[in-house]
Amino acid sequence: MLLEVQGLETAYGTSQVLFGLSLCVAEGEAVTLLGRNGMGKTTTVRSIMGLSRPRAGAITFRGRRIERERPDRIARAGIALVPEGRQIFPNLSVRENLVAFAENRSGRADPWTVEKVLEFFPRLAERAENMGNQLSGGEQQMLAIGRALVTNPYLLILDEATEGLAPLLREEIWKCLARLRAAGQTILVIDKYIERLVQLADRHTLIERGRVAWQGTSAELDADRNLWHRYLGV
Amino acid sequence: MSWILILEQSLNGLQFGLMLFLLAAGLTLVFGIMDMINLAHGSLYMLGAFLASTFVQLTGSFVAGVLLAVPATAALGMLLEVSVLRTLYARDHLSQVLATFALILIINELVRLVWGSDASLPMPAALSGPVELVPGLRYSAYRLVIIGVGLLVAFLLFVLVTKTKVGMLVRAGASNREMALAMGVNIKGLFTAVFGIGAALCAVAGSMLAPLFAVQVGMGENILIVAFVVIVIGGIGSIRGALVGALLVGVVDTIGRAFLPVLLGTFFQPRVASAAGPAIASVMIYLIMAVVLYFRPKGLFPARG
Repeated sequence: MLLEVQGLETAYGTSQVLFGLSLCVAEGEAVTLLGRNGMGKTTTVRSIMGLSRPRAGAITFRGRRIERERPDRIARAGIALVPEGRQIFPNLSVRENLVAFAENRSGRADPWTVEKVLEFFPRLAERAENMGNQLSGGEQQMLAIGRALVTNPYLLILDEATEGLAPLLREEIWKCLARLRAAGQTILVIDKYIERLVQLADRHTLIERGRVAWQGTSAELDADRNLWHRYLGV
Repeated sequence: MSWILILEQSLNGLQFGLMLFLLAAGLTLVFGIMDMINLAHGSLYMLGAFLASTFVQLTGSFVAGVLLAVPATAALGMLLEVSVLRTLYARDHLSQVLATFALILIINELVRLVWGSDASLPMPAALSGPVELVPGLRYSAYRLVIIGVGLLVAFLLFVLVTKTKVGMLVRAGASNREMALAMGVNIKGLFTAVFGIGAALCAVAGSMLAPLFAVQVGMGENILIVAFVVIVIGGIGSIRGALVGALLVGVVDTIGRAFLPVLLGTFFQPRVASAAGPAIASVMIYLIMAVVLYFRPKGLFPARG
């Protein structure tokens, strides 16, 4: 397994959010984390990234325990996050947002470079010298994905990557994720558009109030609309 | 009020502004990246001046003394950061203010123990005279050197911050520390380095201004308040803001002090004008800060966008 989360418990002060959550992601897989708002999806991602310290549980990444590691060390170990709300650096240009983090952390033979990312997202190439805060929401999202890709991560985590985007831009992001998937990138994705996720991912984890409620394949999730209704409100 | 006097005071303002920038640059990065209020920043300015006075005496050369004082102050600054300040990052601003105020008192007493209450750093003889810039304007050669050094350091800092990867990471950390961490930036190491650079800039300012002002215990406290005004005007975390804010404050403060009494003299009796002029001039920078905050609450060039 590339990533293995076992019995994760995370709290903000006295308010516990995750209650023994477990999930795993194998190399080359696309896995989703699904659930209604406030169920603990982002907290799970924050715990994996070391941004929220878990109270209990184990997180193993490439055979190494990381639940007590600093966030920067976790990132350098090869996990890249496309965070909720994009969070690109507004005072850096598009090119600088990429150059600052360009590094072959997974040591892949054909690494993502700044130029390759700009080729992958031609819209960003057109705006390479614009500052981050001068981009549209869709462009910011592309930049957030590109910024994660130039670190050449083993695992790419996307937290609500299509949130707040117009339908056409959303489609563009889905196409981009499909291309990454086809290229063998391991992905852990959180999103609301379950129809697209069923097409994109191999396996799914539904969480309810900080606990895993269901895990299964795309075919199983697609076949059981009751799950959609019960856990996702669809 | 002749144009020569205006030019001379403008140069004085530029010189003061550039030295203020050196102080404010480190302060704004520390505040911007780590959300840390470091009142002891002025103590590094004082340490720089005292160290320069010692090194100049030891080497017999002003240039060598300053060049030694800069890395020595940077090393002391980094030691201070690693040993004391790092433990304060997670605390609230009030704790930081109280702790770094205590540091001011401790460093002041340590300096008093090592050097005494004051030290002397004479102006290099070769630069003690004036230079005729234009017919009729004879300006201090040493102050011109300060302007040159200030511009050079500002340029180097500009290149470091805008053209290098380290600079990009510093700006990223200033705008969103958590995201920079999540992208793999070693914020602790980066902050120690930034703190060292800030301390080095303090030493440049402290040692260059030492021949003009008294080198004495507590010399960093008054200028620290002005440096805080500069970073609030410029936008916390922004080097460009610190430069613009410092030049604005330097020029306004200097010109105000020089010309406000004259200007008031045209409306009021000389006695009233000479009393009110300096008093009003001294509050002008705070008025500018109030106006900037009213129209741009995050300063002129906010790092957080």
